Amino acid sequence: MRMRASWLKFPMAALASVMIVASMSAVARAAEVKVAVAANFTEPVKEIGALFEKATGHKPVFSFGPTGGLYNQVTQAAPFEVFLSADDKTPAKAIKEGHGVAGTSYTYATGKLVLYSKTEGQKLGEQALKDGKFAKIAIANPKTAPYGTAAVETMQKLGVYDALKGKIVEGNNIAQTFQFVDTGNAEVGFVAYSQVALKSGGSRWVVPAKLHNTIAQDAVLLKTGANNEAAKAFLAFLKGPEARKIIEKYGYGFVD
Amino acid sequence: MGELDVTQLWSPIRLTIELAFITTALLLVVGTPIAWWLARSKARWKEAVATIVAMPLVLPPTVLGFYLLLLLGPNGPGGWIAGLYGARTLAFTFGGLVIGSVIYSMPFVVQPIRNAFEAFGDRPLEVAATLRASPWDAFWSVAVPLARPGFLTGAILGFAHTIGEFGVILMIGGNIPGQTKVLSVAIYDFVETQHWTEAHILAGGMVVFSFAVILATMMLGRRYGQQGR
Repeated sequence: MRMRASWLKFPMAALASVMIVASMSAVARAAEVKVAVAANFTEPVKEIGALFEKATGHKPVFSFGPTGGLYNQVTQAAPFEVFLSADDKTPAKAIKEGHGVAGTSYTYATGKLVLYSKTEGQKLGEQALKDGKFAKIAIANPKTAPYGTAAVETMQKLGVYDALKGKIVEGNNIAQTFQFVDTGNAEVGFVAYSQVALKSGGSRWVVPAKLHNTIAQDAVLLKTGANNEAAKAFLAFLKGPEARKIIEKYGYGFVD
Repeated sequence: MGELDVTQLWSPIRLTIELAFITTALLLVVGTPIAWWLARSKARWKEAVATIVAMPLVLPPTVLGFYLLLLLGPNGPGGWIAGLYGARTLAFTFGGLVIGSVIYSMPFVVQPIRNAFEAFGDRPLEVAATLRASPWDAFWSVAVPLARPGFLTGAILGFAHTIGEFGVILMIGGNIPGQTKVLSVAIYDFVETQHWTEAHILAGGMVVFSFAVILATMMLGRRYGQQGR
């Protein structure tokens, strides 16, 4: 019995101290904002988040995932307070279905689609798609990811979709799609320009905007964050000049 | 939402069952000698091998998926094999899924068979040897029949575990209908796109299936247990 008791002592003490530290840090923190972010915006939002924290003292906590998946979680009472979607439909839907705060959504960035290959000096473009000299082309799941939809639109517009259909592999989101190309498992892929903007090497072709519908990425304040100053501050900061500079650096555009 | 499309439901079900059957058959072929060696060998490092076999139990599917993506890819052995018939990668293929599933479900097959081989001890094999049975003969006519419950449990668990596989396939499959879009991925897709009717049908089916499988293994265990092997 004695042994059992002393064996218990350490974990109990550890648990207690963890709880104390956790409650202390909750008090010390100015305010926290939980932000659900579409996978393609991962890198820029991390940079923006660091600046935001420095400027305001509020701490952003990011959850990354596919737009559809994140929204599903929102409908099931996920604790996210701000939602940075990869499209404009989902935030509109969030408002319509009573999860978003009306009048808070706006386009924080427009996405550029790029055809990318890991191989150096490859000629990518319309002709490459028409020739189809590759075994696999990766796209994001067009049913859930706007960049996937834009990729399908592009191929349809160029009249190569039916010919390439059998070569398409789908990533669950744009991050996984990039992974397929980056590991060389697919020779080419339609990825977000933001994923390759700061990378050197490989070959790329920025798809002309006229080949697909605009990828408007909208942000919206969720009901859970309606009374959180940090959430509102984050949305405002995302519109500001500092954030815009970063968004631009990653190769996104703006509607205006 | 649109109309309910039955082919959209049936294709992943069929694919998943095919994958599970092939994987289970391969696992019995590959897993039996491993289980036998683990059960009979006196080698000191055999537990290290047992550990490697058991590791998929603990490793997150993302770890397996990540390494498999590299191993199956053009810079890995999978790419080399694919090169033999002019392809570049084993990822995004049914064969790639089979490889992934065999590794992923291996512990579920090897462990019960090993336990069964160990349960009957040395005695029956010694008796068989004194009756001048060759080791090969003794294996087939003594060890395998005695270990039957282990084979059954292993096959059922391996099959069921492959049916339920998700993370690894999501990472190496590429979501190709009829080739790599298995049941769990299809359910994930339906949920993500808010096609909850379809999701309910498939997910509900999985719940019933899992219940049946676990019940079957438990009843098997009881039956063989009561016979007092």
